[in-house]
Amino acid sequence: MSANRHKQSPTSGGPLRSLSLHAIVVITALFVGIPLLYGVLGGFKTTRQLSSNPLGLPDPWMPENYTSVLASASFWRMLWNSTYIAVLTTLVVVAVSAMAAFVFARFAFRGREALFTMFAAGLMFPFAVAILPLFVLLRMFGLLDNPLGVILPQAAFGMPMTIIILRGFFRAIPGEIEEAAILDGCTSFGFFWRILLPMARPAIATVSVLAVVNSWNQFMLPLVVFSDDSLFTIPLGVQQFQGQYATDIARVMAYIVVAMLPALGFYAVAERQLVSGLTAGAVKG
Amino acid sequence: MKTTRPRSLRLRGFTTILLFLLPALVLFFGLVVAPILLAFYASVFKWNGMRGLPTDFVGMANFTRVLADEVFLGDLWRGLLLIILSVAIQLPLSLGIAMLLNQKIHGRAFFRLLFFAPYVLSEAITAVLFMMILSPTDGLANYILGWFGVDPLDWFADPSTVMMSVFIVMTWKYFGFHMILYIAGRQGIPRELTEAAQIDGATGWKTFRYVTLPLLGPTIRISVFLSVIGAIQLFDLVWIITGGGPSHSSETMAVTMFQFGFKRFQVGYASAISVVMFFISLVFALFYQRYVMRRDLEGASTVLRDQR
Repeated sequence: MSANRHKQSPTSGGPLRSLSLHAIVVITALFVGIPLLYGVLGGFKTTRQLSSNPLGLPDPWMPENYTSVLASASFWRMLWNSTYIAVLTTLVVVAVSAMAAFVFARFAFRGREALFTMFAAGLMFPFAVAILPLFVLLRMFGLLDNPLGVILPQAAFGMPMTIIILRGFFRAIPGEIEEAAILDGCTSFGFFWRILLPMARPAIATVSVLAVVNSWNQFMLPLVVFSDDSLFTIPLGVQQFQGQYATDIARVMAYIVVAMLPALGFYAVAERQLVSGLTAGAVKG
Repeated sequence: MKTTRPRSLRLRGFTTILLFLLPALVLFFGLVVAPILLAFYASVFKWNGMRGLPTDFVGMANFTRVLADEVFLGDLWRGLLLIILSVAIQLPLSLGIAMLLNQKIHGRAFFRLLFFAPYVLSEAITAVLFMMILSPTDGLANYILGWFGVDPLDWFADPSTVMMSVFIVMTWKYFGFHMILYIAGRQGIPRELTEAAQIDGATGWKTFRYVTLPLLGPTIRISVFLSVIGAIQLFDLVWIITGGGPSHSSETMAVTMFQFGFKRFQVGYASAISVVMFFISLVFALFYQRYVMRRDLEGASTVLRDQR
């Protein structure tokens, strides 16, 4: 192997080696892609077709499963429930965290670091640890079978990550801007609202996308809070549908494929913010 | 204040600080801290969870029962198994793929998008999809195994394969997330360093082993940390697919807690399980940050200071 070749790319050896590296990527792509493809095609088959011909193209194509999902009122209701719970959760968590992050980033006071550490420590305590007492508390507050019973705890548990990311961003904004604003007669709130937040738009977008995805996929909390299925979100609906039509595999397949679309669509639009949020959170957390 | 600037220059004042912090404090104490305290309180009572507060004080009985319970000890073992499998198989796969996609491979943007996509799907959708793929009767996986002359497996229905099956689903769902972390970490390594190694005659493997890998240390440690925390709290996938079965063979701590708390109404006992989970996360996090990530955190703060 010549030294020249190494200069081009650190791990490429001969053509044989690069071929085998490609093969690993392609095999992984099959591992990830085939289940998705199986779902999409499966939705167009009958259950009988699915068991005799799992991988091939549907013959004939049966759009009925998809159209029946799209025609069902309950699916649209769940889509709506998931959407407004995600939007409200995001509004609450971003507003509350931005205010706290502002204080942690730009004020000096005793006990600041201790308070911040307390919030950051919240990262280590997932829903699974708190779900049972949370349920008891929500029952005491009368928030069961109420969307707020999902929105508020989601916002509370989303705060640590959001505060950490926003604080880092707020800190990076130069002190001169703050001083200029104050000299021009800005109050603390005016500076926060009219200067800091607009400047932090990319960071706000990042944490918002994280909050939406987390809320959209949350399963455990709605599972215990909602017993009335007119309040169900998509993950609960998916589980319920699977239970109802377990034997009609093609129909379940069509249902979950339709249920995937909003998340995948959102991912396609917001991929950059999502990735930057996850990596920033992981590095700073 | 003793500064030379006029007072109004500084954003200070107790009231302002309090007003800005208040909503966060209320939410955090009301819905994060209070539940955890309540779990501690309930864990020393025998309580069916009905309205009002528990009264039947039993001391540490719930804890001695948890720590002697075979299912719970099994949960710990299965959690450990998932952690070992993740660190030994899933993370190296993520790292390897991240390194490959860092090169000028044809279609790498597409692969990156594809590999990360499962992370965006909910656990519920993933679970239902794989219940069908790994179905013992007419699932896709057995069909494909048939091409290679392998006998069909029972996947989630067989205690000896259920954990492997759960791990396959976890890998499908999460390896792309770790890959994204590694790609970001790799991009943070200055080009000059790997180039210098190559000019010094290091082969591709040696460059990776002695330059890239050590510099990826902080990312790897974070990714291991997240895997462990994820394994400790694993619930959604297992609950939907197997409910912990067959005969507890895929049960996790969170599933056991959920069973007792929400299905059998032994809320005191389930709270004790929550408290144990809390301590396991806490001890692990403290230990890990103190001994494993210590240098990374110091490094991070200097970087932050540089940026300011």
